[in-house]
Amino acid sequence: MYTQGLNEQTGRPVAAEATEDEARLRAFQARIDAEEKIEPKDWMPDAYRQTLIRQISQHAHSEIVGMLPEGNWITRAPSLMRKSILIAKVQDEGGHGAYLYSAAETLGVSRAELIDQLLSGRAKYSSIFNYPTLSWADVGAIGWLVDGAAIMNQIPLCRCSYGPYARAMIRICKEESFHQRQGYDIMLKLARGTAAQRRMAQDALDRWWWPSLMMFGPPDAASMHTAHSVRWKIKRFTNDELRQKFVDFTVPQAKFLGLNVPDPALRWDAEAGMHRYGEIDWTEFNQVLKGHGPCNRERLAERRAAHEDGRWVREAAAAHAAKHGARAAA
Amino acid sequence: MSDTRDWPLYEIFIRARGGLDHKHVGSVHAADATMAIEHARDVYTRRMEGISIWAVRATDITASDPAESDALFEPARDKIYRHPTFYDIPKEVETL
Repeated sequence: MYTQGLNEQTGRPVAAEATEDEARLRAFQARIDAEEKIEPKDWMPDAYRQTLIRQISQHAHSEIVGMLPEGNWITRAPSLMRKSILIAKVQDEGGHGAYLYSAAETLGVSRAELIDQLLSGRAKYSSIFNYPTLSWADVGAIGWLVDGAAIMNQIPLCRCSYGPYARAMIRICKEESFHQRQGYDIMLKLARGTAAQRRMAQDALDRWWWPSLMMFGPPDAASMHTAHSVRWKIKRFTNDELRQKFVDFTVPQAKFLGLNVPDPALRWDAEAGMHRYGEIDWTEFNQVLKGHGPCNRERLAERRAAHEDGRWVREAAAAHAAKHGARAAA
Repeated sequence: MSDTRDWPLYEIFIRARGGLDHKHVGSVHAADATMAIEHARDVYTRRMEGISIWAVRATDITASDPAESDALFEPARDKIYRHPTFYDIPKEVETL
């Protein structure tokens, strides 16, 4: 999902917990098993802390980079109402990034360090944001599919064992529903519009469908962190379970729009009570994750430029605070 | 690449409606307290979630230590007589 890069080993391996005090570990796991929440000052295994820092910060980075593809259409939104909605949505994404950085910081990592990891290219963010937004319909497809997939993943995270992350997710989930519905509303307008508008909607679905399925991360068999994360109740469902649920929810929505899901293998399996879908191109997924997607370089360059362009503002604010702080002390 | 140090961290408390307590909602970084309030407004009240904001420098908060919580809260543990349900009052006695 927004944290697909967890498979990459940086820093310490998860096995580091073996060195921690056994009794404390048992007590910790007992608290998790009893559905107690872990709070910032509670003792926790180092591997739990590191897993959460990576997951929450990747999630935060995804929200921040996620502002870019849609921000691309703010000045070209087709009406003042659509523009106002899009600005509000992009502002929400920035807010989500802020909630999540705030949650990550409770684990002892600094905001500056996290921003630095993103801007230097060391941190991962969701592969989905490395695809371009070529038409207005893409803004609709992102809200409907990308935010739809995000909701699928984020609802179980509201029950995550780490208190600050769970609370941030509750706040985020309340806001995501608006994102998904405004996206579907855009698709609906296009689908009921002219032939050219319907073609735009279909083209957007064609390009966003598979990357949306990839958002759930590698298949369970190839996912290294699932077992640990499930035991610690950071993760409640596997990648494949969530992906399946997303397909089952979304296919009827596409049908209602009169659009075709671009998967010739897609069919309803009445016996199993679920949709069967075709093979996902994991080579493409891995390429995008490694930095070779259509927009990886552009996204990072934009983030860096925004950070540099804002430097004078940060410096001025710090100077202002220092001056007034000194005056108040005098 | 980023600035050498973060702005100070402020913990944010919001009163959702008149009559309710301020409740902790998260934190923001800001150069000073005024900016902390403005950031908190943008981050935590985009949908009218509050009518009042408190911003407190995180370093100014003294917190109890969860590892010591057994000892800290022990005095209350054996004083069940502080609860009204501890007392058996005959049914005949009314309005008590």
